[in-house]
Amino acid sequence: MTTISRARPMAGLALTLRRWPQRQPTAFLLVAAAAWFGLYRTLLPASEALVAWLPVERASHLGGALQFFLYDTPKVLLLLTGIVFVMGMVNSWFTPERTRALLAGRTEGAANVMAASLGIVTPFCSCSAVPLFIGFVQAGVPLGVTFSFLIAAPMVNEVALTLLFALFGWKIAVLYLGLGLAVAIGAGWVIGRLRMERHLEDWVRDMPRVKVSAEASALSLGERIRAGFTAVREIVGKVWPYILAGIAIGAGIHGYVPADFMASFMGKDAWWAVPLAVLIGVPMYTNAAGVIPIVQALLAKGAALGTVLAFMMSVIALSAPEMIILRKVLKPRLIATFAGVVAAGILLVGYVFNFALG
Amino acid sequence: MRQVKVLGTGCANCRTTVRLIEEVARERGVEVQVEKVERIEDIAAAGVLRTPGVVVDGKVVHAGGVPTRDAIAGWLQAT
Repeated sequence: MTTISRARPMAGLALTLRRWPQRQPTAFLLVAAAAWFGLYRTLLPASEALVAWLPVERASHLGGALQFFLYDTPKVLLLLTGIVFVMGMVNSWFTPERTRALLAGRTEGAANVMAASLGIVTPFCSCSAVPLFIGFVQAGVPLGVTFSFLIAAPMVNEVALTLLFALFGWKIAVLYLGLGLAVAIGAGWVIGRLRMERHLEDWVRDMPRVKVSAEASALSLGERIRAGFTAVREIVGKVWPYILAGIAIGAGIHGYVPADFMASFMGKDAWWAVPLAVLIGVPMYTNAAGVIPIVQALLAKGAALGTVLAFMMSVIALSAPEMIILRKVLKPRLIATFAGVVAAGILLVGYVFNFALG
Repeated sequence: MRQVKVLGTGCANCRTTVRLIEEVARERGVEVQVEKVERIEDIAAAGVLRTPGVVVDGKVVHAGGVPTRDAIAGWLQAT
């Protein structure tokens, strides 16, 4: 180590900095949190100063759009990085293996609530949906409870919630959280009630039962910090172009396009807007970040909140590729029931929003 | 010769994992035979909940996400 430092002091320093989170994890977390808050607090004045320095009128359309873009981009990316890092650490406690053990052998009802809630904090990749599904069923997690988890995990996640919070405020984020959970719990419960176990593919039903135990993974704080960094690299590294596109669209609308452009055909008064949004959203597939630019554009142009949330949920929760993957373990009737029940739940959410709350 | 199986339905992470294992094995001069397991029945039978999963000489050593180079080196070295 000393020879490296002497020969190339910068490389030595970089190496020390890289190892620091592992050596003194608590100190690292405190300093990182302080630095994060410091950065966050200086953003608005910094973007104001930058726009003032640019040769555009602050009150002009272009000035407004620039200000919006320059402030929102670092704000959203900073928020997302912070939350994804923390969730990466939290995820290291809630592995799918542990979640499965927590749910195994429980009876439906409360377990649906538990499964949907665990879906938020358990890391989930749609390419793992089938192995996960089989693993749950094999361990004796009831079918409806498995579905509650499988619906909540992709739909209600930290990326979707952070983006909704950063771009549209905490009320919309909390509403999305509550309604997403409600759809996952309700749909899972209904599927459980329908007793559709025989509509699993035969080879899945015939898989040997396994016994699982809920041992907590014994990771050190340093290793959890590493998991946080990995999550930031994998998630933020993948979604930032979508976020930039979303903010740019938002900025453009902010500066130029008159509001209420969409209100006539996606507003509250059009009863068919919600079913249409779900119908368009179901076959589409993109992640939470990919749908944000569209949501941004729709909301800013006066589309009703319930319609837009229903669209967002159906894009993330149901998709044609997912159905094709699930076909390997579910018989057509169960897939149709799954899609139908979830779509009905989302439809209900859209209507409740537009009529009862709006 | 080490028998390595990468379990996954063919997402980008699975391909990256295969490439990484082959790279690390070449760097360390370890002979490996890497096989991709894509049949969902076989993945499920291994008891892996997350993909990509990695099986070295019949033992599951990893599940979920692209493994680090250090971890791969560890599996290949261990006897």
